[in-house]
Amino acid sequence: MTSQIKRGVSLYSFQNETFQGKMNLEDCIRTCAELGARGIEVIGEQSFWGWPEVGVAEADIANWHALIAKYDCVPVSHDYMLDYKRYKDRPMPFEEQVASVRKDIDFGAALGTPFIRSLVSIDPNVLVAAAPYAEEKGIKLLTEVHAPLHFDHPWIIRIAEAFAKSGSPALGFLPDMGMFLKKFPPCWSAKFRRMGVPDRIADYIEKAYEDRVLSEYVLLEVQQMGGTGPALGMAETLRHNAAFEPKRMLDYMPMIHNIHGKFYEMTADYVEPSIPYDEIIAVLDQGGYSGYICSEYEGNRWIEDAEEPDSVEQVRRQQVMLARLIGETTVPALKTPIAA
Amino acid sequence: MMDKLMIVEDSLANVDGGFAFLGRLPYYRGLGLSMVEDLQITVDGEAIPREDVRFSVRGKTYTLDQMETVYDDRWNFGEKATITALKAGGLAPGKHTLEFAVRNRISYLPFVPTTRCVKELALAA
Repeated sequence: MTSQIKRGVSLYSFQNETFQGKMNLEDCIRTCAELGARGIEVIGEQSFWGWPEVGVAEADIANWHALIAKYDCVPVSHDYMLDYKRYKDRPMPFEEQVASVRKDIDFGAALGTPFIRSLVSIDPNVLVAAAPYAEEKGIKLLTEVHAPLHFDHPWIIRIAEAFAKSGSPALGFLPDMGMFLKKFPPCWSAKFRRMGVPDRIADYIEKAYEDRVLSEYVLLEVQQMGGTGPALGMAETLRHNAAFEPKRMLDYMPMIHNIHGKFYEMTADYVEPSIPYDEIIAVLDQGGYSGYICSEYEGNRWIEDAEEPDSVEQVRRQQVMLARLIGETTVPALKTPIAA
Repeated sequence: MMDKLMIVEDSLANVDGGFAFLGRLPYYRGLGLSMVEDLQITVDGEAIPREDVRFSVRGKTYTLDQMETVYDDRWNFGEKATITALKAGGLAPGKHTLEFAVRNRISYLPFVPTTRCVKELALAA
Protein backbone atom coordinates (compact mmCIF):
# COMPACT_ATOMS: atom_id res chain seq x y z
CA MET A 1 0.00 0.00 0.00
CA THR A 2 1.35 3.42 -0.93
CA SER A 3 1.33 5.88 1.90
CA GLN A 4 -0.43 9.19 1.33
CA ILE A 5 1.09 10.76 4.42
CA LYS A 6 2.82 14.11 3.88
CA ARG A 7 5.76 15.47 5.89
CA GLY A 8 5.84 18.80 7.72
CA VAL A 9 7.44 20.54 10.69
CA SER A 10 6.05 22.60 13.53
CA LEU A 11 8.44 25.51 14.02
CA TYR A 12 7.98 24.81 17.76
CA SER A 13 10.79 22.33 17.10
CA PHE A 14 13.32 25.16 16.64
CA GLN A 15 12.30 27.11 19.76
CA ASN A 16 15.68 27.00 21.43
CA GLU A 17 17.33 28.56 18.37
CA THR A 18 14.60 31.09 17.55
CA PHE A 19 14.34 32.20 21.20
CA GLN A 20 18.01 33.17 21.10
CA GLY A 21 17.83 34.71 17.64
CA LYS A 22 20.10 32.00 16.18
CA MET A 23 17.47 31.17 13.55
CA ASN A 24 14.88 33.48 12.02
CA LEU A 25 11.65 32.60 10.23
CA GLU A 26 13.47 32.23 6.90
CA ASP A 27 16.08 29.88 8.41
CA CYS A 28 13.27 27.73 9.80
CA ILE A 29 11.26 27.54 6.60
CA ARG A 30 14.35 26.96 4.42
CA THR A 31 15.46 24.13 6.72
CA CYS A 32 12.06 22.43 6.44
CA ALA A 33 11.99 22.89 2.67
CA GLU A 34 15.47 21.41 2.23
CA LEU A 35 14.33 18.36 4.19
CA GLY A 36 11.35 18.01 1.89
CA ALA A 37 9.04 18.71 4.84
CA ARG A 38 6.91 21.22 2.97
CA GLY A 39 4.10 21.52 5.51
CA ILE A 40 4.71 24.37 7.95
CA GLU A 41 2.94 24.65 11.30
CA VAL A 42 3.41 27.61 13.63
CA ILE A 43 2.40 28.65 17.09
CA GLY A 44 1.14 32.09 16.07
CA GLU A 45 2.41 33.87 19.13
CA GLN A 46 5.81 32.22 18.94
CA SER A 47 6.53 33.03 15.31
CA PHE A 48 4.75 36.39 15.16
CA TRP A 49 5.50 39.01 17.80
CA GLY A 50 2.42 40.90 18.92
CA TRP A 51 -0.12 38.10 18.45
CA PRO A 52 -2.75 38.18 19.91
CA GLU A 53 -2.92 41.13 22.32
CA VAL A 54 -1.04 43.71 20.22
CA GLY A 55 -1.68 42.41 16.71
CA VAL A 56 0.77 41.51 13.93
CA ALA A 57 2.27 43.96 11.43
CA GLU A 58 1.02 43.53 7.84
CA ALA A 59 4.67 43.38 6.76
CA ASP A 60 5.24 40.29 8.93
CA ILE A 61 2.31 38.49 7.31
CA ALA A 62 3.55 39.52 3.87
CA ASN A 63 7.01 38.19 4.78
CA TRP A 64 5.46 34.83 5.78
CA HIS A 65 3.70 34.49 2.44
CA ALA A 66 6.85 35.53 0.55
CA LEU A 67 8.90 32.87 2.37
CA ILE A 68 6.27 30.17 1.86
CA ALA A 69 6.29 30.98 -1.86
CA LYS A 70 10.10 31.27 -2.10
CA TYR A 71 10.66 27.83 -0.58
CA ASP A 72 7.59 26.20 -2.14
CA CYS A 73 6.09 25.29 1.22
CA VAL A 74 2.50 24.88 2.41
CA PRO A 75 0.92 26.56 5.48
CA VAL A 76 -0.66 23.81 7.59
CA SER A 77 -1.71 25.09 10.98
CA HIS A 78 -1.72 28.09 13.28
CA ASP A 79 -1.69 26.78 16.86
CA TYR A 80 -3.62 29.22 19.02
CA MET A 81 -3.80 29.31 22.79
CA LEU A 82 -7.04 31.07 23.98
CA ASP A 83 -5.91 32.40 27.33
CA TYR A 84 -9.16 32.00 29.22
CA LYS A 85 -7.26 32.79 32.43
CA ARG A 86 -6.39 36.27 31.12
CA TYR A 87 -8.19 37.91 34.06
CA LYS A 88 -6.77 37.24 37.49
CA ASP A 89 -10.05 37.76 39.33
CA ARG A 90 -12.60 36.16 36.99
CA PRO A 91 -12.97 33.57 34.25
CA MET A 92 -13.25 34.83 30.70
CA PRO A 93 -16.96 34.98 29.74
CA PHE A 94 -18.19 32.41 27.20
CA GLU A 95 -18.96 34.94 24.46
CA GLU A 96 -15.53 36.52 24.85
CA GLN A 97 -13.91 33.10 24.45
CA VAL A 98 -15.88 32.53 21.26
CA ALA A 99 -14.85 35.97 19.99
CA SER A 100 -11.23 35.15 20.80
CA VAL A 101 -11.43 31.94 18.73
CA ARG A 102 -12.95 33.91 15.85
CA LYS A 103 -9.95 36.24 16.02
CA ASP A 104 -7.60 33.27 15.70
CA ILE A 105 -9.68 31.94 12.80
CA ASP A 106 -9.05 35.29 11.10
CA PHE A 107 -5.33 35.01 11.84
CA GLY A 108 -5.21 31.48 10.45
CA ALA A 109 -7.01 32.72 7.34
CA ALA A 110 -4.49 35.58 7.04
CA LEU A 111 -1.63 33.05 7.19
CA GLY A 112 -3.41 30.75 4.74
CA THR A 113 -3.54 27.72 7.06
CA PRO A 114 -6.43 25.30 6.56
CA PHE A 115 -6.32 24.37 10.26
CA ILE A 116 -5.97 26.08 13.60
CA ARG A 117 -5.06 24.00 16.65
CA SER A 118 -7.22 24.23 19.80
CA LEU A 119 -5.72 23.23 23.13
CA VAL A 120 -7.44 20.23 24.65
CA SER A 121 -8.63 22.10 27.75
CA ILE A 122 -10.84 24.48 25.73
CA ASP A 123 -14.58 24.07 26.41
CA PRO A 124 -16.03 22.16 23.42
CA ASN A 125 -19.12 24.39 23.53
CA VAL A 126 -16.89 27.36 22.70
CA LEU A 127 -15.59 25.51 19.65
CA VAL A 128 -19.09 24.47 18.56
CA ALA A 129 -20.18 28.12 18.85
CA ALA A 130 -17.20 29.27 16.74
CA ALA A 131 -17.61 26.55 14.12
CA PRO A 132 -20.01 28.38 11.75
CA TYR A 133 -17.51 31.25 11.45
CA ALA A 134 -14.72 28.75 10.82
CA GLU A 135 -16.77 27.14 8.04
CA GLU A 136 -17.33 30.55 6.50
CA LYS A 137 -13.56 31.19 6.49
CA GLY A 138 -12.66 27.70 5.25
CA ILE A 139 -10.82 26.79 8.44
CA LYS A 140 -11.08 23.69 10.61
CA LEU A 141 -10.66 23.87 14.40
CA LEU A 142 -8.64 20.88 15.50
CA THR A 143 -8.56 19.92 19.16
CA GLU A 144 -5.15 18.56 20.09
CA VAL A 145 -5.47 15.17 21.77
CA HIS A 146 -2.38 15.14 23.97
CA ALA A 147 -1.17 12.97 26.86
CA PRO A 148 -2.37 12.39 29.53
CA LEU A 149 -5.58 12.53 27.52
CA HIS A 150 -6.25 9.95 24.80
CA PHE A 151 -9.04 8.81 22.51
CA ASP A 152 -10.80 6.70 25.16
CA HIS A 153 -10.74 9.39 27.84
CA PRO A 154 -14.20 10.69 28.88
CA TRP A 155 -13.15 14.30 28.20
CA ILE A 156 -12.21 13.46 24.60
CA ILE A 157 -15.38 11.39 24.17
CA ARG A 158 -17.39 14.37 25.41
CA ILE A 159 -15.65 16.61 22.85
CA ALA A 160 -16.24 14.08 20.06
CA GLU A 161 -19.94 13.84 20.99
CA ALA A 162 -20.30 17.63 21.02
CA PHE A 163 -18.61 17.84 17.60
CA ALA A 164 -20.81 15.06 16.19
CA LYS A 165 -23.98 16.67 17.55
CA SER A 166 -23.06 20.01 15.96
CA GLY A 167 -22.61 18.30 12.60
CA SER A 168 -20.06 20.94 11.61
CA PRO A 169 -17.32 19.78 9.22
CA ALA A 170 -15.11 22.51 10.76
CA LEU A 171 -14.52 20.53 13.97
CA GLY A 172 -11.92 17.82 14.26
CA PHE A 173 -8.86 16.44 16.00
CA LEU A 174 -5.09 16.78 15.93
CA PRO A 175 -3.49 13.89 17.84
CA ASP A 176 -0.06 14.35 19.42
CA MET A 177 2.01 11.18 19.06
CA GLY A 178 3.46 11.66 22.55
CA MET A 179 0.40 9.82 23.87
CA PHE A 180 1.86 6.59 22.48
CA LEU A 181 4.87 6.61 24.79
CA LYS A 182 6.05 3.03 24.67
CA LYS A 183 9.20 3.43 26.78
CA PHE A 184 10.39 5.91 29.36
CA PRO A 185 12.40 8.40 27.25
CA PRO A 186 16.16 8.04 27.86
CA CYS A 187 16.63 11.84 27.87
CA TRP A 188 14.05 12.19 30.66
CA SER A 189 15.77 9.54 32.73
CA ALA A 190 19.17 11.16 32.17
CA LYS A 191 17.85 14.54 33.31
CA PHE A 192 16.29 13.14 36.49
CA ARG A 193 19.56 11.35 37.26
CA ARG A 194 21.43 14.66 36.79
CA MET A 195 18.96 16.19 39.26
CA GLY A 196 20.07 13.62 41.81
CA VAL A 197 17.62 10.73 41.49
CA PRO A 198 19.53 7.63 42.72
CA ASP A 199 20.13 5.00 40.02
CA ARG A 200 18.19 2.31 41.93
CA ILE A 201 15.06 4.51 41.93
CA ALA A 202 15.48 5.70 38.35
CA ASP A 203 16.04 2.11 37.19
CA TYR A 204 12.91 1.01 39.08
CA ILE A 205 10.76 3.75 37.51
CA GLU A 206 11.96 2.91 33.98
CA LYS A 207 11.23 -0.78 34.54
CA ALA A 208 7.84 -0.06 36.14
CA TYR A 209 6.96 2.08 33.10
CA GLU A 210 7.84 -0.76 30.73
CA ASP A 211 5.81 -3.15 32.89
CA ARG A 212 2.85 -0.74 32.62
CA VAL A 213 2.46 -0.51 36.40
CA LEU A 214 -0.27 1.93 37.46
CA SER A 215 1.33 5.33 38.23
CA GLU A 216 -0.22 5.49 41.72
CA TYR A 217 1.54 2.26 42.71
CA VAL A 218 4.84 3.54 41.31
CA LEU A 219 4.54 6.76 43.33
CA LEU A 220 3.91 4.85 46.54
CA GLU A 221 6.80 2.48 45.84
CA VAL A 222 9.17 5.39 45.15
CA GLN A 223 8.12 7.03 48.43
CA GLN A 224 8.76 3.77 50.25
CA MET A 225 12.17 3.51 48.58
CA GLY A 226 12.98 6.85 50.25
CA GLY A 227 12.49 8.94 47.13
CA THR A 228 12.02 12.68 47.59
CA GLY A 229 11.93 15.79 45.37
CA PRO A 230 13.24 14.86 41.91
CA ALA A 231 12.56 11.12 42.45
CA LEU A 232 8.90 11.89 43.09
CA GLY A 233 8.98 14.24 40.10
CA MET A 234 10.28 11.40 37.93
CA ALA A 235 7.52 9.08 39.21
CA GLU A 236 4.94 11.85 38.64
CA THR A 237 5.69 11.80 34.90
CA LEU A 238 3.85 8.46 34.85
CA ARG A 239 0.66 10.27 35.79
CA HIS A 240 0.96 12.44 32.68
CA ASN A 241 2.17 9.88 30.15
CA ALA A 242 1.23 6.38 29.10
CA ALA A 243 1.57 3.87 26.30
CA PHE A 244 -1.86 4.29 24.75
CA GLU A 245 -2.68 2.35 21.59
CA PRO A 246 -2.08 3.96 18.17
CA LYS A 247 -4.89 1.87 16.69
CA ARG A 248 -7.40 3.82 18.81
CA MET A 249 -7.00 6.57 16.21
CA LEU A 250 -8.80 4.40 13.65
CA ASP A 251 -12.26 5.16 15.07
CA TYR A 252 -11.60 8.85 14.54
CA MET A 253 -9.84 8.92 11.17
CA PRO A 254 -12.47 11.05 9.36
CA MET A 255 -11.97 13.73 12.04
CA ILE A 256 -8.15 13.65 12.14
CA HIS A 257 -6.68 16.30 9.84
CA ASN A 258 -3.21 17.01 11.20
CA ILE A 259 -0.73 15.21 13.42
CA HIS A 260 1.98 16.35 15.82
CA GLY A 261 5.03 14.18 15.27
CA LYS A 262 6.15 14.62 18.85
CA PHE A 263 9.61 13.31 19.65
CA TYR A 264 12.00 13.62 22.54
CA GLU A 265 15.16 12.25 20.99
CA MET A 266 16.31 10.84 17.66
CA THR A 267 19.36 8.61 17.81
CA ALA A 268 22.12 8.73 15.18
CA ASP A 269 20.58 5.65 13.57
CA TYR A 270 17.24 7.38 13.15
CA VAL A 271 15.25 5.80 15.97
CA GLU A 272 12.91 7.52 18.46
CA PRO A 273 13.52 5.19 21.41
CA SER A 274 10.22 5.87 23.17
CA ILE A 275 7.57 6.50 20.49
CA PRO A 276 6.74 3.62 18.07
CA TYR A 277 6.64 5.46 14.74
CA ASP A 278 6.69 2.25 12.68
CA GLU A 279 3.47 1.14 14.37
CA ILE A 280 1.98 4.65 14.18
CA ILE A 281 2.59 5.03 10.43
CA ALA A 282 1.13 1.55 9.79
CA VAL A 283 -2.06 2.54 11.65
CA LEU A 284 -2.31 5.86 9.82
CA ASP A 285 -1.83 4.15 6.45
CA GLN A 286 -4.46 1.58 7.39
CA GLY A 287 -6.82 4.44 8.20
CA GLY A 288 -6.07 6.15 4.89
CA TYR A 289 -4.61 9.26 6.50
CA SER A 290 -3.51 11.72 3.83
CA GLY A 291 -2.59 14.80 5.88
CA TYR A 292 0.69 15.98 7.34
CA ILE A 293 2.77 14.68 10.20
CA CYS A 294 4.50 17.77 11.55
CA SER A 295 7.72 17.17 13.51
CA GLU A 296 7.44 18.47 17.04
CA TYR A 297 10.79 18.27 18.81
CA GLU A 298 10.38 18.48 22.57
CA GLY A 299 13.68 17.06 23.79
CA ASN A 300 15.13 20.57 24.06
CA ARG A 301 13.73 21.18 27.55
CA TRP A 302 15.08 17.81 28.76
CA ILE A 303 18.70 18.43 27.77
CA GLU A 304 19.19 22.22 27.85
CA ASP A 305 20.55 22.10 31.42
CA ALA A 306 23.45 19.94 30.20
CA GLU A 307 23.99 20.79 26.55
CA GLU A 308 22.87 23.16 23.82
CA PRO A 309 20.05 21.47 21.86
CA ASP A 310 20.70 20.91 18.15
CA SER A 311 17.11 21.12 17.00
CA VAL A 312 17.92 21.15 13.29
CA GLU A 313 19.86 17.88 13.51
CA GLN A 314 17.09 16.32 15.61
CA VAL A 315 14.42 17.35 13.09
CA ARG A 316 16.59 16.12 10.21
CA ARG A 317 16.88 12.69 11.82
CA GLN A 318 13.15 12.47 12.40
CA GLN A 319 12.41 13.50 8.83
CA VAL A 320 14.79 10.80 7.56
CA MET A 321 12.87 8.28 9.68
CA LEU A 322 9.46 9.52 8.52
CA ALA A 323 10.52 9.51 4.85
CA ARG A 324 11.68 5.89 5.20
CA LEU A 325 8.51 4.79 6.96
CA ILE A 326 6.22 6.33 4.35
CA GLY A 327 8.23 4.72 1.58
CA GLU A 328 10.03 7.68 0.03
CA THR A 329 13.08 6.67 -1.98
CA THR A 330 15.27 9.73 -1.45
CA VAL A 331 16.80 10.52 1.92
CA PRO A 332 16.03 14.04 3.21
CA ALA A 333 19.22 16.08 3.50
CA LEU A 334 20.16 19.62 4.49
CA LYS A 335 21.99 21.83 2.04
CA THR A 336 22.51 25.07 3.90
CA PRO A 337 24.29 25.04 7.26
CA ILE A 338 22.81 27.30 9.93
CA ALA A 339 25.34 29.96 10.90
CA ALA A 340 26.48 29.40 14.49
CA MET B 1 12.33 25.49 29.88
CA MET B 2 14.73 28.23 28.78
CA ASP B 3 15.70 28.53 32.46
CA LYS B 4 19.34 29.27 31.74
CA LEU B 5 18.43 31.92 29.17
CA MET B 6 16.19 34.08 31.39
CA ILE B 7 18.95 36.48 32.46
CA VAL B 8 20.80 37.97 29.48
CA GLU B 9 24.59 37.84 29.91
CA ASP B 10 26.46 41.14 30.31
CA SER B 11 23.25 43.10 30.78
CA LEU B 12 23.59 44.19 34.43
CA ALA B 13 23.94 47.95 34.85
CA ASN B 14 23.26 50.67 37.38
CA VAL B 15 20.49 53.05 36.37
CA ASP B 16 18.92 56.12 37.91
CA GLY B 17 17.46 54.94 41.24
CA GLY B 18 18.70 51.35 41.19
CA PHE B 19 19.97 48.66 38.83
CA ALA B 20 18.61 46.87 35.78
CA PHE B 21 19.20 43.85 33.57
CA LEU B 22 17.62 42.26 30.51
CA GLY B 23 15.23 39.38 31.14
CA ARG B 24 13.46 36.89 28.87
CA LEU B 25 10.24 34.97 29.46
CA PRO B 26 11.06 31.28 30.10
CA TYR B 27 8.41 29.92 27.75
CA TYR B 28 7.93 28.63 24.22
CA ARG B 29 5.58 31.50 23.36
CA GLY B 30 4.94 35.06 24.54
CA LEU B 31 2.40 36.04 27.18
CA GLY B 32 -0.06 38.88 27.75
CA LEU B 33 1.19 40.98 30.67
CA SER B 34 -1.92 40.32 32.81
CA MET B 35 -0.81 36.68 33.08
CA VAL B 36 2.68 37.45 34.39
CA GLU B 37 1.86 37.13 38.08
CA ASP B 38 5.22 37.92 39.62
CA LEU B 39 8.82 38.82 38.87
CA GLN B 40 11.13 38.19 41.81
CA ILE B 41 14.64 39.63 41.93
CA THR B 42 17.23 38.69 44.53
CA VAL B 43 20.70 40.19 44.43
CA ASP B 44 23.48 38.81 46.64
CA GLY B 45 20.81 37.21 48.83
CA GLU B 46 18.74 40.39 49.23
CA ALA B 47 15.18 40.15 47.88
CA ILE B 48 13.89 43.26 46.13
CA PRO B 49 10.36 44.16 47.35
CA ARG B 50 7.64 43.58 44.71
CA GLU B 51 6.71 47.28 44.66
CA ASP B 52 10.29 48.17 43.72
CA VAL B 53 10.32 46.10 40.51
CA ARG B 54 9.66 47.68 37.11
CA PHE B 55 9.13 45.92 33.77
CA SER B 56 9.80 47.71 30.47
CA VAL B 57 9.25 46.63 26.86
CA ARG B 58 9.29 48.72 23.69
CA GLY B 59 9.46 52.03 25.58
CA LYS B 60 6.66 51.31 28.08
CA THR B 61 7.27 50.75 31.81
CA TYR B 62 4.93 49.01 34.25
CA THR B 63 4.85 48.16 37.95
CA LEU B 64 3.92 44.54 38.73
CA ASP B 65 0.54 45.62 40.09
CA GLN B 66 -0.16 47.57 36.90
CA MET B 67 0.76 44.56 34.76
CA GLU B 68 -2.02 42.52 36.34
CA THR B 69 -4.60 44.51 34.37
CA VAL B 70 -2.63 45.17 31.17
CA TYR B 71 -4.57 43.41 28.42
CA ASP B 72 -3.08 45.19 25.40
CA ASP B 73 0.63 44.51 25.76
CA ARG B 74 2.81 41.42 25.77
CA TRP B 75 6.13 39.98 26.71
CA ASN B 76 6.94 38.40 23.36
CA PHE B 77 8.74 35.10 22.72
CA GLY B 78 12.46 35.67 23.32
CA GLU B 79 11.94 39.40 23.81
CA LYS B 80 14.52 41.10 26.05
CA ALA B 81 12.61 43.17 28.61
CA THR B 82 14.38 45.63 30.87
CA ILE B 83 13.87 44.54 34.47
CA THR B 84 14.61 47.34 36.91
CA ALA B 85 15.05 47.10 40.68
CA LEU B 86 14.71 50.36 42.62
CA LYS B 87 17.55 50.34 45.13
CA ALA B 88 19.15 53.51 46.42
CA GLY B 89 22.70 53.81 45.16
CA GLY B 90 22.41 50.78 42.86
CA LEU B 91 25.05 48.08 43.11
CA ALA B 92 28.78 48.31 43.82
CA PRO B 93 31.12 47.64 40.88
CA GLY B 94 32.20 43.99 40.54
CA LYS B 95 30.51 40.62 40.60
CA HIS B 96 26.97 40.03 41.85
CA THR B 97 24.80 36.94 42.19
CA LEU B 98 21.49 37.70 40.54
CA GLU B 99 18.43 35.50 40.91
CA PHE B 100 15.39 36.09 38.70
CA ALA B 101 12.13 34.17 39.07
CA VAL B 102 9.00 34.48 36.94
CA ARG B 103 5.55 33.18 37.92
CA ASN B 104 2.99 32.86 35.11
CA ARG B 105 -0.71 32.04 35.02
CA ILE B 106 -1.01 29.58 32.13
CA SER B 107 -4.56 28.77 31.06
CA TYR B 108 -4.04 25.11 30.20
CA LEU B 109 -1.71 24.08 33.03
CA PRO B 110 -3.12 22.47 36.19
CA PHE B 111 -0.52 24.37 38.26
CA VAL B 112 1.03 27.87 38.38
CA PRO B 113 4.67 27.54 37.29
CA THR B 114 7.55 29.55 38.71
CA THR B 115 10.79 29.40 36.73
CA ARG B 116 14.07 30.56 38.23
CA CYS B 117 17.51 31.50 36.96
CA VAL B 118 20.64 32.33 38.97
CA LYS B 119 23.67 33.93 37.35
CA GLU B 120 26.79 35.69 38.46
CA LEU B 121 27.09 38.92 36.52
CA ALA B 122 29.74 41.61 36.64
CA LEU B 123 28.87 45.28 36.93
CA ALA B 124 31.26 47.55 35.09
CA ALA B 125 33.03 50.06 37.31
